[in-house]
Amino acid sequence: MTQDDLYRTVVLERARTPRYSGPLAGAQMQGEGSNPLCGDRVRLQANVDVQGRVAALRHETRGCAICAASADLMAERVVGQEPARVSQLHADLVTAVETGIAPEGLGELSAFAPLHRHRSRIRCAMLPWSALIEMLNDDKDR
Amino acid sequence: MMDQTVASRTDVAGSLRRIRADFPILSQKVHGRDLVFLDSAASAQKPRQVIDAMADTMRTQYANIHRGLYWMSERTTEAYEAVRDQVAAFLGASAREEIVFTRNSTEAINLVAHSFGSLLKPGQVVLVSEMEHHANLVPWQMLRDRTGVELRVTPVTDDGALDMDALARNLSDGRVALVAITHMSNVLGTITDARAIADMAHAAGAKVLFDGSQLAVHRRVDVRALDADFYVVTGHKLYGPTGIGVLWARREILDAMPPFLGGGDMISTVSFERSTWASVPHKFEAGTPAIIETIGLGAALAYIESIGFDAIGAHEEALTTHALQALGNVSGLKVIGTAPDRGGVISFTMDDVHPHDIATLLDRNGIAVRAGHHCAEPLMHRLGVSATARASFGIYTTPEEIDFLAATLEQIRGFFV
Repeated sequence: MTQDDLYRTVVLERARTPRYSGPLAGAQMQGEGSNPLCGDRVRLQANVDVQGRVAALRHETRGCAICAASADLMAERVVGQEPARVSQLHADLVTAVETGIAPEGLGELSAFAPLHRHRSRIRCAMLPWSALIEMLNDDKDR
Repeated sequence: MMDQTVASRTDVAGSLRRIRADFPILSQKVHGRDLVFLDSAASAQKPRQVIDAMADTMRTQYANIHRGLYWMSERTTEAYEAVRDQVAAFLGASAREEIVFTRNSTEAINLVAHSFGSLLKPGQVVLVSEMEHHANLVPWQMLRDRTGVELRVTPVTDDGALDMDALARNLSDGRVALVAITHMSNVLGTITDARAIADMAHAAGAKVLFDGSQLAVHRRVDVRALDADFYVVTGHKLYGPTGIGVLWARREILDAMPPFLGGGDMISTVSFERSTWASVPHKFEAGTPAIIETIGLGAALAYIESIGFDAIGAHEEALTTHALQALGNVSGLKVIGTAPDRGGVISFTMDDVHPHDIATLLDRNGIAVRAGHHCAEPLMHRLGVSATARASFGIYTTPEEIDFLAATLEQIRGFFV
């Protein structure tokens, strides 16, 4: 059969054995994103440091492999990053899934670039990111 | 002498080949692979007879209907109204006036909910089942919120059959005015015992509506033998075009119902003070209808009749039996819905592999299936799943396609588990 380059080892591995899943003890903030069309749900817990950088991030994801792997790779990637860099990564990931071409510096997140040929699945990869951005913005507003 | 079984098997393979040749889309490639279309329950593919009938209408014989005083309009009116006769015969209606053209099943049910629903009083009950498509649930919720009727739900059993004891209990207080239930579940493939449901409803003083969107594709419908009061079907699942559906209802019920939409074609006289309504079915067909699509539906019904429900039923029963066996052999695969009377719609889960991942990987191999909640969220909750994958069959589906599905599923599982 034809396997898809979308389901690369990194995606399958992170979906099967996530490294950043579960609750975060003493979390300062939490967020949630859900997709009513498919029932996928991502819960996030995070701490930020005094500069507003993400100090720790954990996710609890109920969803497809794309969504689960995206949440786990996101949690790995954004820790230690300034909010502006998080926004940039988010924008670069949007570019990658829309065009199929990953901007430089996207690293393992470029695994999701083949989604440009599966338009109906883009929202699966983006769900954790929209939950993260919303959570960080809410925190900023407080 | 040729062995009888071999001969009939050859006949089946030969007629299946001929049927497939009628569907131009089946020769398309998807991701460089042969298209294996297993999503006919969502919408079926179209034979060239339907495509040609619609294109020929537009090329050679098209004008607005019912009002033109010229040759072209009269011929188009005849072609359009001839389909009403065809549909009446297809459903076993006693009169052509009982056939109301709508946009689809959803609109047909909304018509009943608005029009028949306006005759109901607070305290009366509309009874649905737990396995309804949203199309046969949401219009009744809207009616409830508008008028104060009660909406009651009859559960399904663990194997996905309608719980007939619960149905009897739900009918027992005599307040049910309408039972609105699917004739075949789009998720579970369950075929309900419509005649028994109609008898129970009538004994309790209720009318009965069947959502035949799925069933009418697979088995002959006879609304009189079912003793139904309302029956709805949709053209695009019947190998016809989108945009055309049918409401059948008993003449005396349609006569008593107020119009649904107002406009041209549904009136008798109009003045600024008041208007009077055309007789049925035109009372319910406001505005220029889907003329071309209706003619396409006529071609689809003629196509189905040319194959015949005996052959369609035998083919689909054999396919379903084969599929349940082939899919049953896939490791970790669980078929959702195992009611004794069922059709060629099979929902399943496979270990913890998400149905969307299954659908995407099948698609890469040219196989089209549906994945998600199938517009039946309450049923998904009842079954304790958030989504399933669903393979559904049509007159053009082959056993080889099902074998390819099963083999590909086994390989997909290998990636994840």
